[in-house]
Amino acid sequence: MAEIPTYEGTFGHAEAERLLWRAGFGPRRGQAATLANLGLNGAVRSLTHPPGERWVGPRPRDEKGRPLAPADAWGHDHLWWLDRMVRTSRPLVERMTLVWHDWFATSNAGVGSQKLMLAQNRLLRRYALGSFDRLLVSITANPAMLIWLSGTDNRKDAPNENYGRELMELFTLGEGNGYTERDVREQARALTGWTSTWKRGKGQTDFRFDSKRHDTGVKTVFGKKGTYAWRDSASLCVHHPKHAPFFVQKLWSYFIPEPPDPRTRAGLEALYREGFEVRPVLDAILRHPALYTGPRMVKPPVVYIAGLLRGLNRGVDTTAWVWLSDGAGQRLFNPPNVAGWDDSRWLDTNAFRGRWYIANTALEKVSLGDKKGKKGPKIPNDPEAIVKGALAVLGNPTIRPETRRELLTFARGSLQGTTGWKAESYPPLVANAVRQLLAVSPDLQTC
Amino acid sequence: MGCCNEHSRSELLRRGLAEAGKGLPAIEPGMPMPAGTGLDRRTFVARGVGLALAVYGGAALRPQVFDEGIAAAAAAGPQQKVLVSVFLDGGADSLSLLAPTGDPLYRQLRPRLALAEGSGSAFTEDPRLTWHPSLAPLAQLHGEGKVNVIPGIGYDDPNQSHFTSRHYWEVGAADERLATGWLGRYLDRVGRHDNPLQGLSLDWSLQPSLATARMPVAAVDAPDRYDFWARGVWGDVGTRMVETIAKLGELPTHGDPGLKQASEAAKQSARLYEQLAPFRPKDDRKSIVSPVAYPAGDDRFPRRLAGLAAMLAAGLPLRVVALSAPGGYDTHDNQAQGLSDDLKLTADSLLAFQRDLEARGLADRVLVHVWTEFGRRAKENGSGGTDHGAAGAGFLIGSQVSGQMIGEFPGLGKLDEQGNLRATSDFRGLYRAILEDWLGTDAAAIIPGAQKFARPRILR
Repeated sequence: MAEIPTYEGTFGHAEAERLLWRAGFGPRRGQAATLANLGLNGAVRSLTHPPGERWVGPRPRDEKGRPLAPADAWGHDHLWWLDRMVRTSRPLVERMTLVWHDWFATSNAGVGSQKLMLAQNRLLRRYALGSFDRLLVSITANPAMLIWLSGTDNRKDAPNENYGRELMELFTLGEGNGYTERDVREQARALTGWTSTWKRGKGQTDFRFDSKRHDTGVKTVFGKKGTYAWRDSASLCVHHPKHAPFFVQKLWSYFIPEPPDPRTRAGLEALYREGFEVRPVLDAILRHPALYTGPRMVKPPVVYIAGLLRGLNRGVDTTAWVWLSDGAGQRLFNPPNVAGWDDSRWLDTNAFRGRWYIANTALEKVSLGDKKGKKGPKIPNDPEAIVKGALAVLGNPTIRPETRRELLTFARGSLQGTTGWKAESYPPLVANAVRQLLAVSPDLQTC
Repeated sequence: MGCCNEHSRSELLRRGLAEAGKGLPAIEPGMPMPAGTGLDRRTFVARGVGLALAVYGGAALRPQVFDEGIAAAAAAGPQQKVLVSVFLDGGADSLSLLAPTGDPLYRQLRPRLALAEGSGSAFTEDPRLTWHPSLAPLAQLHGEGKVNVIPGIGYDDPNQSHFTSRHYWEVGAADERLATGWLGRYLDRVGRHDNPLQGLSLDWSLQPSLATARMPVAAVDAPDRYDFWARGVWGDVGTRMVETIAKLGELPTHGDPGLKQASEAAKQSARLYEQLAPFRPKDDRKSIVSPVAYPAGDDRFPRRLAGLAAMLAAGLPLRVVALSAPGGYDTHDNQAQGLSDDLKLTADSLLAFQRDLEARGLADRVLVHVWTEFGRRAKENGSGGTDHGAAGAGFLIGSQVSGQMIGEFPGLGKLDEQGNLRATSDFRGLYRAILEDWLGTDAAAIIPGAQKFARPRILR
């Protein structure tokens, strides 16, 4: 087997910080230092072999202090998951659940049931670090997916190609990569048979395989003949020679922006083919030099939000996160289409503004001089202290020296020559602005 | 498809963003324009003095308050032709848009989905075809000679993946690897390095057809909501704060593409903020008032078109604009109702937009192109829907179009081996005509192998 390179440089605060962002949702206060102490292997192992679930921080609630109703109330599905991202002790499990949500992108816009979407989410989490083989079989028969890609409409006298096509194009092989239009049609036949019942007040329910709806004839898929059914459909794809390269390239791209070198790719493919297990592949990716020495990645909006809350030590306490996240381009349980979110285009002028208001809302509880009649902590008329304070509020993230200088220039310029009432009232204004600018700086939008 | 609470969802979103922007009032399409209101008052952030200036009266922007580049672009603006690209996402069923009710195979292939006898008006250029009743506004514009119907557009070796086929259309070539949009390459050729408004996505995010290699482009959900407010920051500190966004975007990125992307976004956002200053409401006044009624309701599509007409009227330097039509067109099941509603809102909005442009004297400058990634299978499936097909339908709308059909309806008797409609015109030929005849540029420099594709006549 080809040797997969491992990072051998210093594993310090900055490296631990990057690992926590890429494999999770950023550090909680002091967490980067703790992780750095474990060394690279210990740090990665703590993520890929996490202890039992523990929740850290305040429980989620809406702005009136009521608990969430994720299966019923609008937007609470999003908040429920965001809370897990913020409070989990198993960040990689949540991050991989998000990866699968993007990989098998199912939208409630087509499913129309938060309950079914949450059930799918539990399935994705169960296989977060597990077997892709078994995940694929399970997702093929998953009720939300059966609705989303017309699986329950696919029957022998009226085949529907929707799932069969995406199974190969998006989930396992890549567009046009090792299959033909004929394979699409034959896979659709193999996948026939699922159905459900509509019940008033319950919606689609009783999802089941009905052999009367299944096409029992011989199908030819990838040049092989058999009386294939839905499990075979999934299995044929996983065992297709082009699947492992597709899988490795796609999984890699969630963690490292530049494609793996040929030696790494070959090594990861061999590792994956041993049993279609996700964990060993992840373990190798997270220890790869390219993760620590390569370029930065733009944080997906929910990662950006969860990370801000973790850094600020704030829990989910407002439903605003639903529309704020959507405004930046990522509403959980509502990916734009079955191909998921476009990770190469998270930022444009509109999404940037969306992130501005995310930062603004994240910082609202620590905003200075906002409450009438209440005196907050005294902010000195000192640009250096203001910038240092802003960094501390956001959990002391690593930033470029140039960014720090620019913030100092802003603070100095704003405080320059302030006398009288301005000398008193401007420092908190400037401190609020520096925090806001820091939170939306290119340094903190990327990791 | 389409979800029961989609409506309330978008409503909440809209309100949400308005709250973030200090409770901006909504545009209310259809409000008559009281004398002296609307865009008569304009506000600029003048960089030199760091102040918001309100300017009253005057028909055009006062470009001297903008940077030189914007000023020059805006000054050249009034003659500039504008292309508006409207995408029907999901593969709209051309055999529903213009139903071949006169084709003997139609009712056989579409037993459940066929138009009811007598519904929809006849398409005057081809007696076999009937307009979908929801497209009555387009039929009306067609009657005025303002619509070119393209009944079978596509390309050879049609790809039935949404994402691939859409990508082909967006990049203007059957090439998976091309990473710039066809309109983006147009801007790279003729655009300015300092004017992101030249390529505007009226959307949450960038429309890929506008992706450029060098020139800045912008995405804005609605032009009256582009602001940067922060809690506990006001006065000149607030003005400086917004200016610092651009400065953070200008810092060195040390060759790191991730940092560069984030920096570009910051820089472009700060610039767009300046450009859209006139559209931010002041003193609780509505910023955009339209001279005609747009469809009511909270859908963003008519509001975006109303905003677009106002931006054009204000002389902002737009060249190409892209947005998506409301709804989804991937109608694998229960096609009839959803399609009907989505088409109606789309067509009603497009008619209002055309009338708005006419009322503002802008109609001769604007061409609307309506497209979709593919048509759908001729034979309906068992779920009351249709699967992915090949050739689809498209429209060109505007006062300058020839009003003549482009290509022809290929007929249901000559489907391809997969049972799909065959294309009678190629989308690259259409792009070539748009680039050469409407935008006045050399298509060969933008569409790979452009000369191989016949250029249809699109203008009067």
